[in-house]
Amino acid sequence: MNESLFISIIIGISIASVPLIFAAIGELLVERSGVLNLGVEGMMIVGALLGFVVMSHTGNPYLAVLSAMLGGMAIASIFAFLTQFLLTNQVATGLALTLFGLGFAAFAGRGYTEETIQLITAVPIPYLSDIPYLGPLLFSFNPLVYLAFFMVYLVWWFLFKTKQGLILRAIGDNHDAAHAIGHNVVRYRVMAILFGGAMAGIGGAFLSLVQVPIWGEGMTAGRGWIALGLVVFASWQPFRIIFGAILFGGITILQIHAQGLNINVSAQYLSMLPYLATIIILVSLRMRLKNKTNRTVPNCLGRIFHSTT
Amino acid sequence: MSNRSFSSVLKLSILSAVLAFTSNVYADPVKAAFVYIGPTGDHGWTFAHDQGAKYVKEQMGDDVIITTVESVEENSDSERVITSLARKNDIIFTTSFGYMNPTVKVAKRYPDVKFEHATGYILEDNISVYSARFYEGRHVIGKMAGRMTESNVIGYIASFPIPEVIRGINSAYLAAKSVNPDVQIKIVWVYTWEDPGKEADAARALIAQGADILMQHTASTSPMTVAEEKGIYAFGQSSDMREWGQNAQLSGIINDWGPYYLERVQAVANGTWTSANVFDGVQQGMVKFAPMNQNMPTDVKNEAMKAIIDLSMGAIHPFTGPINKQDGSPWLAEGETPPNYPDLLTMDFYVEGIDSKYPN
Amino acid sequence: MIKLVPRVENSTLMILLSPLLAMTLTALSAYLIFVYILVDIDVSSVFYTLFVEPLRDSYYFSELLVKAAPLMIIGLGLSIGFRAGIWNIGAEGQFVIGGIAGSAVGLYFYNVEAFWILPLMTIAGILGGMFYAGIAAFLRVKYQVNEILVTLMLTYVAVLFLSAMLQGPLRNPSGFNFPESRLFHDSALLPIIWEGTRLHIGLIVAIILSLIAWFGIKKHMFGMQIKISGSAPRAAKFAGFDDNKTVWYSLLISGGLAGLAGIFEAAGPAGQLTPGLPQFYGFTAIIVAFLARLHPVGVLFSALLIALSYVGGENVQIEYNLPSSITQIFQGMLLFYFLACDILIKYKVVLFKTKN
Repeated sequence: MNESLFISIIIGISIASVPLIFAAIGELLVERSGVLNLGVEGMMIVGALLGFVVMSHTGNPYLAVLSAMLGGMAIASIFAFLTQFLLTNQVATGLALTLFGLGFAAFAGRGYTEETIQLITAVPIPYLSDIPYLGPLLFSFNPLVYLAFFMVYLVWWFLFKTKQGLILRAIGDNHDAAHAIGHNVVRYRVMAILFGGAMAGIGGAFLSLVQVPIWGEGMTAGRGWIALGLVVFASWQPFRIIFGAILFGGITILQIHAQGLNINVSAQYLSMLPYLATIIILVSLRMRLKNKTNRTVPNCLGRIFHSTT
Repeated sequence: MSNRSFSSVLKLSILSAVLAFTSNVYADPVKAAFVYIGPTGDHGWTFAHDQGAKYVKEQMGDDVIITTVESVEENSDSERVITSLARKNDIIFTTSFGYMNPTVKVAKRYPDVKFEHATGYILEDNISVYSARFYEGRHVIGKMAGRMTESNVIGYIASFPIPEVIRGINSAYLAAKSVNPDVQIKIVWVYTWEDPGKEADAARALIAQGADILMQHTASTSPMTVAEEKGIYAFGQSSDMREWGQNAQLSGIINDWGPYYLERVQAVANGTWTSANVFDGVQQGMVKFAPMNQNMPTDVKNEAMKAIIDLSMGAIHPFTGPINKQDGSPWLAEGETPPNYPDLLTMDFYVEGIDSKYPN
Repeated sequence: MIKLVPRVENSTLMILLSPLLAMTLTALSAYLIFVYILVDIDVSSVFYTLFVEPLRDSYYFSELLVKAAPLMIIGLGLSIGFRAGIWNIGAEGQFVIGGIAGSAVGLYFYNVEAFWILPLMTIAGILGGMFYAGIAAFLRVKYQVNEILVTLMLTYVAVLFLSAMLQGPLRNPSGFNFPESRLFHDSALLPIIWEGTRLHIGLIVAIILSLIAWFGIKKHMFGMQIKISGSAPRAAKFAGFDDNKTVWYSLLISGGLAGLAGIFEAAGPAGQLTPGLPQFYGFTAIIVAFLARLHPVGVLFSALLIALSYVGGENVQIEYNLPSSITQIFQGMLLFYFLACDILIKYKVVLFKTKN
């Protein structure tokens, strides 16, 4: 396989996995705080729309990404209000969010289907990208790609190296005890939910600003659900998100390349690979950890918290 | 005649003249409905149908009332949409293959309503089918592609392995090969009519594997944008996609449904509508072409123009033997052209020379 | 200051009022949105078309029931599982596999007319759904793999599998190579209970099943088991309820019912197996289950409400040339308000002055 094909594949995989990384790392933080937000798809598509609209009106990519982030947060705030203040069931509220988000984006985006914008292009890091082989491979990505990896690091650092992160994890494991100690469970959760919305928003914006410079209703095509699966796949550990997203995005892209290279497997069965691989790898990870008690599921995931004080 | 009777006759004549005149003006407008599989904003398949519907309204003005329904899924719900329309319309156009069974069921219950099913094959007294010889369009763009490619690899983004799509692939390949014997075609199946993300992934993969010309049988403008971004050429699908490919679009196949739709709606208005099996192409104006890229050399342009003219006069057929099937078995003898059925309408093989394995 | 104070016991008044309050709030919000955004349209007639017309017109009423039936069946299965805290998010996949399994049986006997074909298809559909959900149960019990992930991933696999089947073994040989199965023959079609419409026995089956489930949960030990397992897993273990058994039963039941709905859809309104089989019933049923507060009989009503919004929404789309996304926005809002108003059942809203 020649070098430029290899590089193209790597770039293709990065484009396929970055939206998943953003959405999943956001949801990871949310779930670590004990909240299950199934509305990722809805938040992503709102981000995709807002990013596109702002880019098309202003031509300013920074503004576009920022708006996508704010849009995701805005719509996540509905979820936060309902689940944290009105104590609604998280699964149902998340689904409602997905439904509402998809409908809202489709409706609001009606007038934008005939527009096109300038893609956010790759920015080679000076000097580093001139290194033979490694340069084009690792240092010539789109700025959002670097941001995605940075966010994963940031979330890891927050969760495991800061006091607030410890508190958040404690809330996720036992919200009653955390409350008894005096921590504001609701506040942490709301912040986490908003962060999740922001990340999902950027992940969605990546689709309309980097992958294809057009807007179409439903263009997230289920990626929000994949991101949810990735959080579980990663056993709620931040760096594993990258592994999962690359695995997933990678198989998706490789399947397409395989067709072009005449590899003789039916396209449908090839397309099943990413989903099956996710399950199989997770099972094999569990098999190896069978003897260790590795309960990484946040204990309070999905349970409603109500303080009685 | 006495004065009195004369004036009554005069009044009567004037009255009847007025009545004859106004009854024409107040004749019920014909009601036509269109069922679309996607949004009109796709700027592809559905957009083209909608342009056709708009053309009918433009030409017939107040004599027609048009109703359109977008994004109707191809499942059992579509039967309800078609029924709702059948209750209030005189003619319904269902613009995708997947509406076949529902159309047939509703047509049975509403024998006085006319149904036109695009790309279908079931005919009844009140059901007509229509399709366009897109493969003729592929022939022309295939020639352009064969000439304009430098890497000799054409990338084809295909939706589902149904006869219509297979015809397109075969026709494009044969035409390209006829002007460039070294040309190769790489095909990626995305199993969707429209998914901008997937189409872009497929486009990028094909380009990475050496394609420098893209063709698509999917509905969005996404592959064109990728072509533009990568600085290669591509062809618009169903409509002029130049806005998304200022430099990239070499030309494109445009589905012009307007005149056909007008003819059929007027037939209903006049009471002359009968069920038909329409399979029209360049000759009848159903398949048109987007303007050619100015960077195209004159000789390539002329060759394409000649092909268009030949097609419009019915002088050539994109599938003219000798052609073998992919496995080497003979299909068409020297000079032979295939009948519509079964060869074209159920085409399920690649022609010789295409390397890809036929899906499933 | 507003504060939420838990009630001593659930307010029965609110159990009845909160849905009405939710619907009123949704209607108000929708009204405001429509009035500002869709200026040329008479909003009250939109509402009429959306809510009232499907109930008054016999064709649309029958269609409402047709659409409600699968939602009832799947929603019922899901409500049982959700009570136990088993989150089967992949009912859509089980629906598809059940549809494939049942259809395969019907198509295999396509030239045989006999009374036992349809029951056999039904059993195949149920078994198909059960098997598919069983995969998730097995992985959860043996390897503690979360069922949300497995059922969700398997849904995508199921849809791809459907496509592969329709391109291959189940494709109609005389269908011009299009990816659709043969039309089902008479023995393979569901009997229609309302002459002239598409309403089939699925509705009756749904009602019977929900009544059975209701009694089962009330009277039978299993009902107690899942209730406690869901709300207090440690206590459940203590009492000797087998957690693993609960996982298996919940997934097998919800999977089996989803599979049943799948074959009913194929043998009923569709009359063949096509790529259009998956219609998100599996996901919508999750909403149906929640709107019903996981009550087996309540599922019947919430399914009707959601079906109404679909049928009415579609008519609004056709009549007023509004995009289909309007229906989605509306459904999302309805669910938001419903969930929000539900809090009034368990909690009292108290206004009190902050001490100064």
